[in-house]
Amino acid sequence: MSSSAPSTAAPQSSRSSALQRFMRNPIAVIAAVFLLILLFVAAAAHWIAPFDPNFADLRNTMAGMSAQNLLGTDRAGRDLFSRLIIGTQVTLLGSAMAVGIALLIGVPTGLIAGYYGRWFETLSLWLNGLLMAMPVIIVLLAVRAVAGPSVWTSMAVLGVLLSQGYFRLVRSSVLSVRNELYVDAARVSGLSAFRIIFRHILGVVRAPIIVQTALVASLAIATQSGLEFLGIGDRKVPTWGRMLNEGFQTIYTNPLPTLWPALAVLLTCMSFAVLANGIRDAMEDRGPGSAGTPPVEEAPEEAAAAQPSAEDAILSVRGLRVGYGEHGGNTTVVVHGVDLDVRKGEFLGLVGESGSGKSQTALSVLGLLPQGGRVLEGEIRLLGHRMTGPGAESVAQFRGTHIAYIPQEPISNLDPAYRIGHQLIAPMQARLGISRREATDKALALLERVGIRDPKRVFDSYPHEISGGMAQRVLIAGAVSCGPSLLIADEPTTALDVTVQAKVLDLLRDLQSELDMAVLIVTHNFGVVADICDRVAVMKFGRIVETAPVEQLFAAPQHEYTRLLLSSTLDDAAPRQALDQERISA
Amino acid sequence: MIAFLARRLLSSIVLVIAVSFVGFVLLALASGDTAQNMLGQNATQEQIDAKNVELGLDQSIPVRYGLWLASAARGDFGRSWFTGENVIQSLASRLPVTLSLVAGVMVFAALIAFTLGSVAAIRRGKIDRFVQIFSAMGFGMPGFLVALLLVTLFSIQLGWFPATGYVEPQVSLGGWLSTIALPIIALSVNTIAGVTQQVRSAVAETLQKDFVRTLRSRGLPERTIIVKHVLRNAATPALTVLALQFVGLLGGSVVVESIFALPGLGSMAIRYTERGDVPVIMGLIVLTVIIVVVVNLLVDLAIGWLNPKARVE
Repeated sequence: MSSSAPSTAAPQSSRSSALQRFMRNPIAVIAAVFLLILLFVAAAAHWIAPFDPNFADLRNTMAGMSAQNLLGTDRAGRDLFSRLIIGTQVTLLGSAMAVGIALLIGVPTGLIAGYYGRWFETLSLWLNGLLMAMPVIIVLLAVRAVAGPSVWTSMAVLGVLLSQGYFRLVRSSVLSVRNELYVDAARVSGLSAFRIIFRHILGVVRAPIIVQTALVASLAIATQSGLEFLGIGDRKVPTWGRMLNEGFQTIYTNPLPTLWPALAVLLTCMSFAVLANGIRDAMEDRGPGSAGTPPVEEAPEEAAAAQPSAEDAILSVRGLRVGYGEHGGNTTVVVHGVDLDVRKGEFLGLVGESGSGKSQTALSVLGLLPQGGRVLEGEIRLLGHRMTGPGAESVAQFRGTHIAYIPQEPISNLDPAYRIGHQLIAPMQARLGISRREATDKALALLERVGIRDPKRVFDSYPHEISGGMAQRVLIAGAVSCGPSLLIADEPTTALDVTVQAKVLDLLRDLQSELDMAVLIVTHNFGVVADICDRVAVMKFGRIVETAPVEQLFAAPQHEYTRLLLSSTLDDAAPRQALDQERISA
Repeated sequence: MIAFLARRLLSSIVLVIAVSFVGFVLLALASGDTAQNMLGQNATQEQIDAKNVELGLDQSIPVRYGLWLASAARGDFGRSWFTGENVIQSLASRLPVTLSLVAGVMVFAALIAFTLGSVAAIRRGKIDRFVQIFSAMGFGMPGFLVALLLVTLFSIQLGWFPATGYVEPQVSLGGWLSTIALPIIALSVNTIAGVTQQVRSAVAETLQKDFVRTLRSRGLPERTIIVKHVLRNAATPALTVLALQFVGLLGGSVVVESIFALPGLGSMAIRYTERGDVPVIMGLIVLTVIIVVVVNLLVDLAIGWLNPKARVE
C-alpha cells in the first residue's frame, strides 16, 4: 500500500505469523477495533442507553443534538441515541443468529458431501442449487407474509439461505484435499472418518470459513437492514433498519434520524468486509508490501575477470546473477555469476540437480523469469545485442525470430481456449508478417515435419484433445516456426514417456542441423546429454563448475561434483543406450 | 449440445416445480384467515365459507397445489385475490422495468469490474492495493444505502435526477436513462466489488500459467497475449461469480425499486406479500426462479464458448 512498507518489514517477515501480518494492515486493524467496540456496546446496551428506546416524549419531537438527547429525537420524540444503542444489540444478535444457523447447516453438510460423497452429495448439491436460485429478499418477504413480522424468524430463514455459501466453500475445500497423501495415509493407518475430518480436513477449511463468516455477517446485516427499511419488521423492536425506515419518512425535513442508523449500517458492513479481506491477506501472506512490484533490472556491476566471449557465440552470458524477492528488500539469489557461451550450430547441455539454477539461467536469457525474479547483475548478449544494463535492447523483440523456447510440461503450455492451429499461425502472422493462408500452409507443413501423422486433425484440435507427446511436438513446431537462431529447451523430454523421449530427441537433433540452429538444452539427465550434446556445462548451487566437450566430460570429468553426478546417473544412462539400439533395429 | 440443453431444461423444470411446491405449501399454511381478512371483522361465517369456496380454500393443500400446477402449466396463474388483476398480465407489465434495471447493472458492473480487476492484476503495486481496498469496502456497502445516499445527494440536494418515477424507453430514451441511472449505480456497487476481486485473482492466476510464458516466448505482442489469452481464460471464473451475483441482484432490486418508486417486480413483491395475495406471490416466485435459471444457462453457454474444455464436462 505505501511504498515504505518493504523497508519497514523485518527480514524475517516471510516467517512472521498471520496475526503479525494482520496487525501491519492499518485499515483492517481499524475495522477490527470498531467491531470490538460495537460488540461491547451491544453487550452493555441496556446500561449505556439513557432512555427506554420506545419512550416517546411528544413535547420533544424532531429535536437536534443536545446534552439530553445526544443524537436528537425522532418525530415521536424518542431518543435516537438510545434507539441506536439498543438497535445495535438487536441488529447484531439477529445477524449472529443468521450466521450461526448458516454455519451449523453449511459446514457439516459441506464436510459430509465433500468427504463421503455418494447419494448425500447428489442430494445436497441439488438442494444447494435450489437455495441458490431463490432471491433472498423475495423469499423473506414471503416468509414474513407467512410467519408475521419478526426479526428472529426472518434471520433464521436468512441463515438457511446463506448456508449454501458455506456448503460450496467447505465442499470444494474438502474435495481439494481429500486425495492428498497425508489424508490417504491417515485413512490407511485406520483412523476413523470422523477423526480424519476433525484432525486433517477441518484445519484446511478453517481459514476460508473465517473469511466467509466475516462476509456473511456483512451480508446478514445489510439484508436485515434492507428488509426492516422496507417497513416489514416488528414495529416494537428497534433495529437500525427500523430506524432507517422511520427516519426516511422525514428525510426532507430532518436528515438526522436517517443519518445515524445509515452510518451504523454502512460502517459495520464495511468493517466486516474489510476485516474479511485483511484476514485473507494475512493468511495468504499477501499483506501490504508483499503485493509484488514489477521486476526492475539493476545496473550491473563490472563483472570481475570475465573471459572474453567466443567470437562465434550466438549467446554470451557473463557474470549473471538472478534473484527473487522484494526490490530493495531481502533477495534470495538463485544464480551466482554464471558465464556461458552458446556457439553457432552447437548443441550445449546445461546439467545439474533440480534447484541448481539451470532453468533460472535459461529463463533469464529469454527475459521470462517468473514473477518476482529478476536479473541482479551480469551481461547477456544475444547475436551481439546487449540485453542487460543501461540502454539495453529488449529481448522481447528477438523472441520467436531469433530466440525460441521449448518448455518442459507439454499440455499446460498450450492455451486450452484455442485450437492448436491458431496457436501456431498467430505468432507467424505477427512476427513474419505473412498472411493467414501462408501461415496455415506453413503450420501444416511444420506439423508434418515434427512427425505428426494427421496434421489437419491436430491443427483443428484443442489441446485437451491430443496426447502429451503430440503436444510436445506441437510446441517444438511452434518454437521453430519463425526460424530462430537459438533454441532454448528446458527439460523437453522429462514429462514424456520413455519411448517418446527418444523420438523427441531425434527430432530435435534433426531440426537443429536442418535449420542450422544453436540449441541450449537444460536437463538433469546425462543420458540426454550423451545422446545429443556437443558440449556440456555442469551447474551446482547457481554456479557453473565445469564446461567441457561431451566426450571429454564423460571420459575425464575434472570437477568432483561432475564425477558424483555421473556416477549417480549411470543407471540412467544404461537404458538410453538400450533404447538407441532398439531404435536402430526398429 | 442438444442433449446438454435438454438435460438443463429438464432439471430447470424440476427446480421450478420444487420451489413452487415449497412456496405454495408455506403460503397455504399461512393463509388460513385470508377470507376473514378480506371480508373484515363483521363478516358472518356463511360469508367466510362462501369466500373460501370461491378461492378454493375449502380443499386440501395437495389438491389446491395440483390445481394450481395444472393451470400454471397452461400459462394461467390465476387472478389476484384482492384486486382481481390477471397475474400473468400484471407480471408482464412490470417485468421490463426490473429486467432493464438488472440487465443494466450486469453490463455496467461487468465492464467496470473487468477493467479494474485486470488493471490491478497486471499493473500490481499501488493500483492493486487501491482496487483491493476499494472492492473490500464496496462489498460492505448495502445497495439500498447507496440508493439513499444517491437520492439525497443528486435528487434532493442537487436536483440532477428525478427522485422517483419511471419513464419507458420507448416513450423517451433520455427520460428512461435519467430515471434508471441512479438505481443502476446503486445496485452496481456490490456487484462491482465482488466481481472485481474475482477478476483480479483470476487474471493474476492466469498470468502465472505456463502457456502465457510460452506465448511470450513466441514473440506475440503483450497486448495480444493479455486480451486474447489471459482475459479469455480468466473470464470463466469471473462469469461464474457474475451469475451468482445475479440472484442477489434480483433481491436487491426489491429495495432499490421501492426507494426510487420504480414500477417493477420488486415494488410489486412488497405490496402483495404484505396482504398475503397467494396467486400473485406464487407468480412472482416462479417468474424470478425462471429468470435465474435462464441467466445461469446463458452464463454456462458463454463459459462453454470461451472455454472448450468446459464443453466436454
